[in-house]
This record gives sequence, C-alpha cells and structure tokens, in this order.
Amino acid sequence: MFPYAIKRILTLFPTLFLASVVVFMFIHLIPGDPAAVMLGDIATPEEIALLSAELGLDKPLPTQFFIWFTNALGGDLGTSIFFQEPVTSVIADGAETSILLAIMTMFWIVVIGIPIGVASASWHGRWVDQLFSGGAMLGASIPTFWLGLYLILVFSVGLGWLPSSGFPSVLEDGGIGNLRYLILPSITLAAPNAALIIRLIRGSMLDVQREDYVRTARAKGLHPAKVAIRHVFRNALIAVAAAFGFTFAVLISEAVVTETVFSLPGIGRLVVQSILRRDYPVIQGVMLAIVALYIIINLLVDLVYAWLDPRVSLK
Amino acid sequence: MTAILAAVAPFRGRYMASLGLVWLICAALIAIFAPWFSHFDPLQLDPVSRLIEPNGIHWFGTDHFGRDTYSRCVYGARMAFVIGAGAVVISLIVGGSIGLLSGYFSWLGHGLMRFVDVLMAFPALLLALFLMSLFERSVGNTILVIGLVYSATTARILFGMTLKLKSEVYIDAAICAGANHLSILLRHMLPNLISPLLVQASFIFAFAQLQAAALDFLGLGLPPEIPSWGNMLSESRIYITRAPWLLIFPGSLIIVSVFSLNLVGDLMRDRIDPRFRNDFSGV
Repeated sequence: MFPYAIKRILTLFPTLFLASVVVFMFIHLIPGDPAAVMLGDIATPEEIALLSAELGLDKPLPTQFFIWFTNALGGDLGTSIFFQEPVTSVIADGAETSILLAIMTMFWIVVIGIPIGVASASWHGRWVDQLFSGGAMLGASIPTFWLGLYLILVFSVGLGWLPSSGFPSVLEDGGIGNLRYLILPSITLAAPNAALIIRLIRGSMLDVQREDYVRTARAKGLHPAKVAIRHVFRNALIAVAAAFGFTFAVLISEAVVTETVFSLPGIGRLVVQSILRRDYPVIQGVMLAIVALYIIINLLVDLVYAWLDPRVSLK
Repeated sequence: MTAILAAVAPFRGRYMASLGLVWLICAALIAIFAPWFSHFDPLQLDPVSRLIEPNGIHWFGTDHFGRDTYSRCVYGARMAFVIGAGAVVISLIVGGSIGLLSGYFSWLGHGLMRFVDVLMAFPALLLALFLMSLFERSVGNTILVIGLVYSATTARILFGMTLKLKSEVYIDAAICAGANHLSILLRHMLPNLISPLLVQASFIFAFAQLQAAALDFLGLGLPPEIPSWGNMLSESRIYITRAPWLLIFPGSLIIVSVFSLNLVGDLMRDRIDPRFRNDFSGV
C-alpha cells in the first residue's frame, strides 16, 4: 500500500503542472490580442496597452507562464477585470453557495440513488428492476435546465412551497433556514447524478453476485438479506467509490447550468458570466481551481480504492 | 432483407430498446424530409398570432414571435441530427486516431495519453463553454467544440481497447508474417474495434444533444435564429408560466431522443465482446 500511495502521490505533480500549462495556454488561444478582446470594442489603444502591460502580455510566453505559475502557487490568481478585485476573493465569494449545493446534492444522491440501486440489483430482471433502471436512464436523459425550470414552475410558481431563485448566505437573516433556497437546485443537480449512481450500484452488485464467496455465503445458509448487505453491497461500493471522480466532473458541469437556472451566486454561474464578460483572469482562476480539485479528488479516490481493495496496489 | 433481419435480431425481446430504435428512425426521416412534415416556415414571424395555445392549425402553438412551434420542432430534429452526427464524426476521427495510435505505439502513448488525462480533468461542459467563448456562435463551431470535448473520452476508451487487442495472438502472427504497421492497424485492429466504436458513437450522439442544449441555454451555442430544440427552450424560458407548451414540446423531444439513444447504446454494449464491455463509463 505505502509504495503505491507514494508513487500515486508523486504522479500528482506532473499532472497538476501540465493542467496549469493547459489552463495558462487557454488565454493565448484567443484570436487576436487578448487585452483588446477583454476590454471590448470601446477601448482605446492606450487602455489596451495598459492592460497588456498589467497582465504581462508583452513579455515572452515562458516568462509569462513562470510569473503566473509562481503567483498561483502563492495563492495569487490575478485581478478580475470586471470586479476589479483579486480573483481568489471573487472565487471565495461563490464558494459558500457551491459547497453547500454540492453537499445537499450528495445527500440526495446517497439517500435516493443507493437504495434504488440496491433494490434494482436485488430484484434483477423483475419489474421493479425494469422500472428503476428505466427511470434512472430516463433521469440521465433529461436536460438539467429543463428539469430545473419545471421544478420552479411546479413548486415555486404553482404550489409556492419553495423559493425559485437566489441564495442568501446562511450567515445572514434566516440562518440555516436559508438552505431551503437550495432544495430545488440540489434536486435538479442530483437527478442525473443519482441516475448514474443507480446504474453503477446495480451493475457492480450484479458483478459481485457472481463471485465465489457470495455463492459460499449462500451455500452455508446465510440469510439472503445478510448476503446482500454484508457480502454483495459492501464490495459493490468499492466500484462506486472508484467512479466518484467521474461523478464529481459531471456534478461540476451540471452545476454551471443549475446555478444559472436558479440564479445562485455560486462558482458555476460565475464561470458562465465571466465567459460572457470575457473576464479571462477569473475564467483561468476558476478553471485552475476546479481542475486542481478534480485531480486531488481523483488521487484520494485512488488511494481509498487501493485501501478498500488491496489487489489494486499489487498490479 | 437478410441484412435487415440480422441488424434487428438483437432487439428481439427488448421492447424499450426497440421503441427507441423506431423513434430514432422516425426522427431521422422527419429530419431528412423536414419541409414535407412542416406546414409553416419555421422562421416566419407573425406578430398577430403570438403565444397561441396548441390548436388545429398550430399543433404545438406559437412562440413570442408568432412562429409555429411544431414546424420549428421538425426543423429542430434536423439540427439535432447534424450536431450529433458531426460531433460523432469529429470525436471518432480525432479521439479514435489518438487512442488507436497511442495504444499501438507505446512510445507515443506515454506522452499523448498523459495529455488526454489532463484534458479529461476539465469538466466537459466547462471546456465546451470556454472553447465556444473563443469562437463565434455557429453550427460548425458548436459541432467542432462538442466533438473535440468528447475526443478525450473516445481516445481514453480506444487506448484501453487497443492495448488489449495488441496482446492477441493473431496480432503477433501478423507481425511474424511480416505485416507492416499500417496493415496491422487497418486490417487486424480496426475491424475488431468497429462494434465498440458504434457503441461509443451512440453515447456521444446522446451526450452531444444534452451538451448542445445546455450551450444553447447558456447563450453560447448555435446562433439564436437557428431553430434547434435547445434554442427554443432558451428563448421561451421566460414564458414558462404564460405558455408552458413552448417548453414541453422541444424538451420532450430532447428527452425522448436522448433516452432512445441511451437504450440503443446500452443494447449494443450488451452485445459486444465481453472484454470491452467494462471500458465504457457513464450512462
């Protein structure tokens, strides 16, 4: 386990470095002068030259990268052109909403996805399974924003049960009750991901059911429910843990859309707005933060996987 | 006739997947013969008949410009197929060749696959959004961006499969027989990868629909005047309480099409070589 963990952690650095090169190069994919694109049509040549100098765009590429990379390592991601604030504080402003949204979404995924997946596998081939598996696939086929709009129509406009947009911080008036603003968004976001988890759990439980040790457990007369939970479900969760990294990527993509539908002040909406505003320092900063988070989550997933299933580190 | 029978044989007993296939064939026919199926010009404005409910003349009602929603849905099918097929072709050609060559030539694989891994760390929609912000909104650019984004996944999957195939005895035999790289790749490897590639194509086709709709919705997809299901949803979202039919029809069309593609893709995945079955991730 230890040699594997060290080897795996060491691969983190080149991947992070390469990812930061890719993020850095994005800004240079912009056709024409990036400073002119960011400032729009009304900018004077002097303003463009000033911003170019400020962003260091007049220096050679490797020098620019070196400056940007060392600054990023020190936690300085530059200044937002729109907000005229450090990018890190712009990201920090959206972090509360996005983190709480992610936690609530994970809650739904676990509470809805896991039991349905287990039920589906337990009654494999019967109508329960067909209903749940079909429902899961249907859930993954619905555009996120469409689902969000209809949830707003039914539960906010129609029934008036839940707020339709915005999210005041839990530190403001209303306190923890403000979380009700995140109920509809988190359900919207959970739907495609829960569908993914249902199919994953079902698939891996069916795989595990064919293992010899499950047959042995059954043969020695263990209660079917005990076999299902102790032998099948626990081992099936290993495959689910391994897929968590992928789920996270889907979650981020869908969060961009969900936060826009519900006008949530989170990082996803920040990305969309920054892209529409051509605020490249913010786009770069958020991209770097998300990719770094994704790479680190994948590292943790791999380590947990190796810990749960020691065969992995022997390969 | 026998070819058709052989093609539909796997669908025996799989009712949902069969329905999905039927829907996809119908949608393809509607897309091809769109002018025959629509009785209004999808772009024709008619301010007098704005936001009319579905009726005998306007089957799916009209939108805020008085355009016929049914005709726009019919032409939207055409856009859906163009985008799906375009994204599939680009990702199979770009991602497919990267994966195949990286798997076959290990010296190439070390560098290229590391780069692909890094690209896969970027969430698909974010990458697509960013690339779209660099280009103008157009059909070609939307196809290109979605195709490129899914090239990374395709490359990754094909890389794994090529590695498995490379260790087969018949490849060794071909090498011993003096076959060159090109002939091994094209005559021995590629034919064995056709069915997994078809499975991958059906999933990319489905993903492309959802991605294109999301891009349209965020204002970074197709130009707003083009009748696509995503654009229709994006434009009419503010009328959701006044004219809910504007969102029901295009939305249902997206859902039914993506669902059908997933069903057919799933069925094909069940039918392919068991060695490759676990290489596909996602729904």
